[in-house]
Amino acid sequence: MDLSDTTEVEVARRAARRRRTGARVALYGLVLAFTGMAAFPFVWATITAFKRNQDLYNRANNPFVFNLDPTLEHVDLLLSGTAFPTFARNTLLVGVLVVAITLALSLPAAYSLARLDMPWGGAMGIAIFFVYLIPPSLLFISLSRVVATLRLQDSVWALVVLYPTITVPVSVWLLMGFFKTIPREIEEQATIDGYSRFGAFARILVPLAFPGIVAVVVFAFTLSASEFIYALAFVARTSEKTISIGVPTELVRGDVFFWQSLQAATVMVAVPIALVFNLFLERFITGFTMGAVKG
Amino acid sequence: MAIVEVRALTKHFDGDVHAVEAVDLATTDGEFLVLLGPSGCGKTTLLRMIAGLEEPTAGDVLIGGNSMAGLPPRARRIAMVFQSYALYPHKTVLQNIVFPLKAAGMAPDERRRQAQWAADLLGIGHLLDRKPRHLSGGERQRAALARALVREPSVFLLDEPLSNLDAKLRATARDDLKLFQRRVGTTTVYVTHDQVEAMGMGDRIVVMDKGRVRQVGTPGDVYRHPADTFVATFLGSPPMNLVRRDDVVVGFRPESFLPKGVADAGAEALTVSFHVHRVEYLGSERHVIGTVEGLGEETRVIAMLPATVSVDVPVERSHEFVVAAGDLRFFDVGSGLRTERQRL
Ligand SMILES: Nc1ncnc2c1ncn2[C@@H]1O[C@H](COP(=O)(O)OP(=O)(O)OP(=O)(O)O)[C@@H](O)[C@H]1O
Ligand SMILES: [Mg+2]
Repeated sequence: MDLSDTTEVEVARRAARRRRTGARVALYGLVLAFTGMAAFPFVWATITAFKRNQDLYNRANNPFVFNLDPTLEHVDLLLSGTAFPTFARNTLLVGVLVVAITLALSLPAAYSLARLDMPWGGAMGIAIFFVYLIPPSLLFISLSRVVATLRLQDSVWALVVLYPTITVPVSVWLLMGFFKTIPREIEEQATIDGYSRFGAFARILVPLAFPGIVAVVVFAFTLSASEFIYALAFVARTSEKTISIGVPTELVRGDVFFWQSLQAATVMVAVPIALVFNLFLERFITGFTMGAVKG
Repeated sequence: MAIVEVRALTKHFDGDVHAVEAVDLATTDGEFLVLLGPSGCGKTTLLRMIAGLEEPTAGDVLIGGNSMAGLPPRARRIAMVFQSYALYPHKTVLQNIVFPLKAAGMAPDERRRQAQWAADLLGIGHLLDRKPRHLSGGERQRAALARALVREPSVFLLDEPLSNLDAKLRATARDDLKLFQRRVGTTTVYVTHDQVEAMGMGDRIVVMDKGRVRQVGTPGDVYRHPADTFVATFLGSPPMNLVRRDDVVVGFRPESFLPKGVADAGAEALTVSFHVHRVEYLGSERHVIGTVEGLGEETRVIAMLPATVSVDVPVERSHEFVVAAGDLRFFDVGSGLRTERQRL
């Protein structure tokens, strides 16, 4: 291109502008497509939850619209005909406690492995990670002895004790990575500014590792809410079940699936969690893009 | 305010990296002491041991006359500015500055007032609500300094605080920093590998090399009377010319090496034949590069002629140059240490 030719420059400028507009359109199109893909199952589940049996089980009907008037019958069955509220409460209890235990154990462990320069620190970090690679479907046999010894069978507390064995190793590994990215000098500065090692950890490292902590919270909570094998193996009493095991066992009776109630359960669990995570999302992203230290 | 002293301070890493080797130093009260040396000579390590961030392999650090052994950094009442500034990225400038005051348990109102005072003193009073990532390099440096001085520490430890600034900003920051230190009168240990910074700011300069102290003295002292050939060539730009003659090394500064007749060099002046290869015009001065003949081994030396000296020095010819007797330095060939004046 000849930069001294005004028309040629003008043509190039217009081409660049067209390309920018094109890129925008493509971007929004893509985002819309993915949003639709992500939201579609929930929309379908929500519609299904309110359908009458005659509507749902007629193969001639369009599955995505109400062919007959919607009904609250199945939601009512879920809420008052099953122990769903209890399941939800149990899930919340297990989730919150597992998150708390996971953070309480993995934050100090990750900090020690990342910062204390112990000669066996690296090997230990890898060993911890290997623990995660053992599948729960092998472990639950031996763990049943542990649960029996602790007299926790048929109790949500069995899950509160067991889930951290899965979440802690992963979280240690994840947080270790975050702590390693924080320059040592920032922490040393805090000890010079008058804080103990613990004070520097709590006031400087924890806030700076916040994105990692959010990731751990999300991971530990979703795992507690969705884990199936341990919950099935160790909890049989209805009043102690969590959603992930309670809903399928109570709403699938023999070969009868209570589809509408199952869908209602799915939506009622997933949407609130999605909304809560959304509150964190902004901090999560700003944390990742936090500015560098040097000028 | 306090005196910082280190005794036989030594730090070895992993057994065979001798970062700091038996260093003895003492500041006077309120002094601005500069640690100067090439990269990797152990300046930062020495400073970190004074701060308590690094455990010495041997030796002792004393502040205010008391041994600091076993005391964590927070107990030493020091303020340190790291080379990277180490501002807390998630806190605003104000939160950064009050952070040490919080640790000291100061009331919020008082904290705020102190922070404002420190920020105004350094001219960043209008930036208190910014996060460090929205500051320029110079502003970051000021924020870090403000955080260091806000709690009136007993000692300032500054590790190359100006090295991230561009040349112009560095010059003004140098003035500000020095003026500020004069005003508060706090004992300061300042690390740099920039000799101009060291000469311009230091009350005394500690020249280090390979973990050892080579010389301690006022800027004039270390420049005019270098203790050994390392100091002689490390300071000055261009550095001191060294010419080997039998078992001594003869040294003279480029600015004392002048064409005969330009200045009155005195009766005992050394006159040598200087074969000129090249002349560089640098505006305020001329560098004349060539070899000396007849003094000792033929060595490449540089003469620096101020712009006020206008004699013509044609290249590829020999000229008579002189050095006043008082400007000659002598070093031992083996050890490199300064020796007695010799007759040439
Ligand atoms: N943690 C460490 N482990 C091993 N060696 C180290 C460590 N810290 C520093 N060293 C070594 O000690 C020597 C002195 O390092 P130091 O950082 O004190 O140098 P410096 O004079 O500050 O250099 P610069 O001007 O480049 O900052 C170097 O050879 C360095 O490689
Ligand atoms: Mg250094």
